[in-house]
Amino acid sequence: MRPAPVQGKFLTPGVIALILLAANGLAVLAWRLLFGLGAVTNLTNEYPWGIWIGIDVAGGVALAAGGFTTAALGHVMHRERYHAVIRPALLTAMLGYTFVAIGVAVDVGRPYSMWHPLVMWNGNSALFEVGMCVMCYLHVLYIEFLPVVAERFIGRVDLPGLLAPLNAPVDRLLRALDRGLAKTMFVFIIAGVVLSTLHQSSLGTLMVIAGPKMHPLWQTPILPLLFLLSAISVGFPMVIVESMLASRSFGLKPEMDALSDLGRMAAPLLGIWLAFKLGDMFVRETFVHLAKLDKASLFFMAEVLIGIVVPLRMFLSPAVLESPPLLLAASALVVLGVALNRVNNFIVAYTPPFAAGSYVPSLGEVSVTVGFICLLALIYRAMVMIFPVISLPDRSLPVPARYRVRG
Amino acid sequence: MSPSSGRSSRRDFLKTALAAGAAGLAPRPASAAPKPALSPDRMGVLVDTTVCIGCRNCEWACKTAHALPTEPLKSYEDKSVFEKFRRPDDKALTVVNRFDAPKDAGTPHRWAKIQCMHCDRPACVSACIVGALSKSEDGSVLWSTRRCIGCRYCMVACPFQVPAFEYHKALEPSIRKCDFCHDRRRSGGLPACVESCPVEALTYGPREELIRVARARTKRYPQRYASHIYGESEVGGTSWLYLAGGDFADLRLPRLGPDPAPGVSESIQHGIFAYFIPPASLYGLLGLLMWISKNRPERGPHGPGE
Repeated sequence: MRPAPVQGKFLTPGVIALILLAANGLAVLAWRLLFGLGAVTNLTNEYPWGIWIGIDVAGGVALAAGGFTTAALGHVMHRERYHAVIRPALLTAMLGYTFVAIGVAVDVGRPYSMWHPLVMWNGNSALFEVGMCVMCYLHVLYIEFLPVVAERFIGRVDLPGLLAPLNAPVDRLLRALDRGLAKTMFVFIIAGVVLSTLHQSSLGTLMVIAGPKMHPLWQTPILPLLFLLSAISVGFPMVIVESMLASRSFGLKPEMDALSDLGRMAAPLLGIWLAFKLGDMFVRETFVHLAKLDKASLFFMAEVLIGIVVPLRMFLSPAVLESPPLLLAASALVVLGVALNRVNNFIVAYTPPFAAGSYVPSLGEVSVTVGFICLLALIYRAMVMIFPVISLPDRSLPVPARYRVRG
Repeated sequence: MSPSSGRSSRRDFLKTALAAGAAGLAPRPASAAPKPALSPDRMGVLVDTTVCIGCRNCEWACKTAHALPTEPLKSYEDKSVFEKFRRPDDKALTVVNRFDAPKDAGTPHRWAKIQCMHCDRPACVSACIVGALSKSEDGSVLWSTRRCIGCRYCMVACPFQVPAFEYHKALEPSIRKCDFCHDRRRSGGLPACVESCPVEALTYGPREELIRVARARTKRYPQRYASHIYGESEVGGTSWLYLAGGDFADLRLPRLGPDPAPGVSESIQHGIFAYFIPPASLYGLLGLLMWISKNRPERGPHGPGE
């Protein structure tokens, strides 16, 4: 087994659908940039943050946690058998964080001022910390991906036309980078894990300052800890989902060996998260709000049952761990649950004291969010076809026909 | 801030001043970041809602002073606007609302003007990613267009739900809120609303002094006033203070505790960082783990190796 570019056709009917949705999102985005946030979103002075923050940013950061959890497992703990899933997880994290950055940039009112936090610091602001950490981590992710680029292009640099004279210097640069990074990569890998734990938790600190504006079921001083635990819980399930989807899309056999073992680790991690979540609920006696059966309590119960309890039970069953569809289902539940948790924390829990109505995302907001997700999937597909990311069985490598997309 | 002023007898003030990290008084606690010291002479406004007649002159004066489009003053006599509860927004930095008066008030209505409260420990200042909001020495909480990136985190943080955003601008959308007429006051003037009030429902003066005045009024006319001064202790104290004839909740002023508005978020933030010791330790620990596990044969659920 070693990673290689996946062979096959880029365009399929599914891919064309993704392209259309992405184009629709980008068109709406252009509208927002030309006419302001108010022209596209349902955001108001009562509800200043919507799904672009709740899903694109908070959800995106959480679901990109596969990057640092697999790096910790594979590189820090040196569990070599998981190496097959590290590169796909790294690519997901790299693209995920890139879109988080783009998501923030289009949500802020003055995208052209995005560089301000670099020089205008406020150490008291949780958002400042999140911003700085995400920016650093994004760079770390790009550095971690450089060896993959080097592996693909060393000795094969072939720039078109006028740029051809640059072939040799670019090749030399890639070789130098590759050599240098081979010796120093551990610095960046550990930095990636540390930066992730920092901003995954600080993302939880963000809403603490909203104080009584946040529903008591979610508002707690241990929000940073809950955010970190949930990010660690969702890391492996996200890798399972994405690996299964990719192998399905390219007609490959899922890596069940590694994936079952990742699934086996999901149960205890979910258990720890659940324990802290319920413990916090009992310490602060917020369970009284559950009895109201209103919007908040239903969303809270959905998050706990669908996102934690059901998949936790599933991951404990050997039958689920051995069966690709069931493993995928359990993992998908965790992914949905954590995404719902972020939406709950940033949107459902937010109850301003003077609200004329409630916030429902506009069609434009949904278009942009869906468009970004589709664009991410398209770039992921293109990247695994260009770069050696997905591991293929060795013996069959030169036979591209075997990996053609089914159907 | 001079050390002697920090030893002021007023407990509330001392508490907020210390919490704000009054530099020079004592070694700062490790977790507190430097903050501008609160001046004991900072100004405030006392809003006596039992005096207000709902003429809305203050709304007109505010718009005029801040170059916001407004109808002529005459049109403000129209009382139909009171049928809807209004909030300050990007086109009106202060608004007056009408409420039902308490039973024995001798008048069917009460009015209350709302605007930014200019907190002593503002959540918006703590939250702002680029420090575009600041608490100035004269009491006002100011917003700087040079720094703002339009992230709207200040709006998420504000316990009074005051900052408003210009959602329909693609370029340079601003956060709009009352600036306590900072420029007018600096050149010796009064806040526009205070100057325009025909019944002196608004009193401008040093905050400490206003609290004394307010307490004297509530003592002298216990039938007329509720004993509480809204803003004296709410979210660590605000520059704008309110007197009412009944429950402040009837005027839709949010019920808030005495803890400073940023709450525990700053302690969490500084706890996680604490001079970068926790992140650095984690880095070291992971490095050690990496080094130890490097040469160890792998043991998975399927036995050693693969």
